[in-house]
Amino acid sequence: MKQFISFVRKEFYHIFRDARTTMILLLMPVILIILFGYAITTEIKRVPIAIFDQSRDELTLKMTDRLKASEYFELYTIVDSYKDAQALFRQGKVHVIVVFPPQYASTPDAQVQVLADATDPNEATQLIAYCSAIIAEQLRGELAVESKAVTPVTTLLYNPQMKGAYNFVPGVMGLILILICAMMTSIGIVKEKEMGTMEVLLVSPLKPIYIILAKAIPYLLLSMVNIATILLLSYFLLDVPIKGSLLLLVSVSVLYAIVSLCLGLLISTVADTQQAAMLISGIALMLPIMLLSGMMFPIENMPDILQWFSHIVPAKWYIIAVKDVMIKGLPAVSILKEVGILSLMAVVLVFLSVKRFKIRL
Amino acid sequence: MGRLNMNNEIHINHITKRYGDVEALRDLSLEIGSGELFGLIGPDGAGKTTLFRILTTLLLADSGSASVCGLDVVKDLKEIRRRVGYMPGRFSLYQDLTVEENLNFFATVFNTTIEENYDLVRDIYSQIEPFKHRRAGKLSGGMKQKLALSCALIHRPDVLFLDEPTTGVDPVSRSEFWDMLDRLKRQGITILVSTPYMDEASRCDRIALVRSGECLSIDTPVGIRASYDRRLYAVRSISMYKLLGDLREFPDTNSCFAFGDAHHLTLRKDGEDVMRRLRDYLKGKGYEDVSLEPIEPSIEDCFMAL
Repeated sequence: MKQFISFVRKEFYHIFRDARTTMILLLMPVILIILFGYAITTEIKRVPIAIFDQSRDELTLKMTDRLKASEYFELYTIVDSYKDAQALFRQGKVHVIVVFPPQYASTPDAQVQVLADATDPNEATQLIAYCSAIIAEQLRGELAVESKAVTPVTTLLYNPQMKGAYNFVPGVMGLILILICAMMTSIGIVKEKEMGTMEVLLVSPLKPIYIILAKAIPYLLLSMVNIATILLLSYFLLDVPIKGSLLLLVSVSVLYAIVSLCLGLLISTVADTQQAAMLISGIALMLPIMLLSGMMFPIENMPDILQWFSHIVPAKWYIIAVKDVMIKGLPAVSILKEVGILSLMAVVLVFLSVKRFKIRL
Repeated sequence: MGRLNMNNEIHINHITKRYGDVEALRDLSLEIGSGELFGLIGPDGAGKTTLFRILTTLLLADSGSASVCGLDVVKDLKEIRRRVGYMPGRFSLYQDLTVEENLNFFATVFNTTIEENYDLVRDIYSQIEPFKHRRAGKLSGGMKQKLALSCALIHRPDVLFLDEPTTGVDPVSRSEFWDMLDRLKRQGITILVSTPYMDEASRCDRIALVRSGECLSIDTPVGIRASYDRRLYAVRSISMYKLLGDLREFPDTNSCFAFGDAHHLTLRKDGEDVMRRLRDYLKGKGYEDVSLEPIEPSIEDCFMAL
């Protein structure tokens, strides 16, 4: 036991004496949360819009005001001709142009034209939907009495404000834990190989399992610090609630961290240099997490083969579990499947990496 | 403990190790006695490090067997790892840990403390103790080796494996290092040390000259030098480069190598007759200042002759 504690202490020295590592470890979650929270976002906010109003009657002015007041749009300018409108698109000044036909209020079947810059198709679809909704709402207000049309009442569950943070906070947690646990652990072990210190450690009575555990534990602890940072930041800065049990959330995170650590160990048995370890964890872990965990792109829309592949990405299961517990506030029974899959992965990976860990050079 | 029954022997029987097509060790056999300071002398690539790794259980030989302290290097891996000290050729300590932290770490890894075995490492460690709060990476080459030796010794091993401990160390520190090995030997520790420096060979009890994975000769340094059966001459002149070529072209030259400030020359035949012809030959080549004196062979001469 004394051997073990002294080994763990040594690992902490390594981490904290390397300013770069310390910075990466402690600042990365903060930077990622702030980046995703404020900079990289798919939410529609204050998109520049232009309006070509050919009637300028009471109704179109009201609609203009409503569009202006919406937090989704910001009125860039009022244009007077199609030619000006086209020019604005070409210069990229606006993403949407709303065109009101002449004598709008007095024409019974008058239609409003919404032009959108569809270079980003997803954004264009969203913009048109928002725009149409605002116009339709105004129309309903005006024609409330006459309208007999069926109006659906929608309720957005779990995330009524449709905040992106609800989606990316679990994603960032999945990403950070893999980065810290898998990448840092594998680099840590491979570094001993590279520096030749592994040779000395092997020719010592130290059991290989102690070497592995001592390498993993500091990163497990640090990743818990990171989880705490992320949760605090998202709770206080991004107003993401923690609806379910905090204990459950932390337990799932520990389980996922263990899976990540095992992945790191496995990588360290394959890689011989620190660069190789970094590349493998970067390409084999980061990319699938970004692309296949459901963090950025919905898995349901992917071709079957990618959907199958996504099943072996641990982050996918972790993100599902975190969303269930944190955002939906579901109890432990509802994430049994995810927990089971992650546990199975941990067992298989531990078995593989301990078996592959070489007691000789 | 092992030291009391004095079975700290090393037996190496017909060890062969291949890396792909390269034979690093070729049917190598050696017997090293308890408490012996044994030197493996040979150039880079001779297979010294491979042999160390096999003996310290880090590598498996392709064929042959070996034992350390009567323990088989394959079967009794755990027990051997408890009883040997190993200092790899490359500096293999933690550069970002201080001197004291390194020593402390290795002491605890071997389930002991610095205090417990301080008497063993005192001579060595006391020299670097003034710098104990300095990071190991910031030490000079000689101090690094002293620290590495302290770390390899801290658990009082029965057998010590030192792979080129003095490579890259200044001559004064090298000499000090060998003084330490002498003191350790007196404690009954078997020491197997490798070095590419032939001049260090004389500090060993016995040496083995190895080249290309084979033992060329095993004997005491004195024995090895005594077995050198030719007369050896040191030849000096102003224009040394030209002299080397001319000496090699002399019909009766057996071998001629550049050794520091002189060329070491052996002839096919000995005797006044040949010597006179050599002098005439050199005079004919235009040398006025050649000095030619018989010398005692060094280990390096013996190595070159093998």
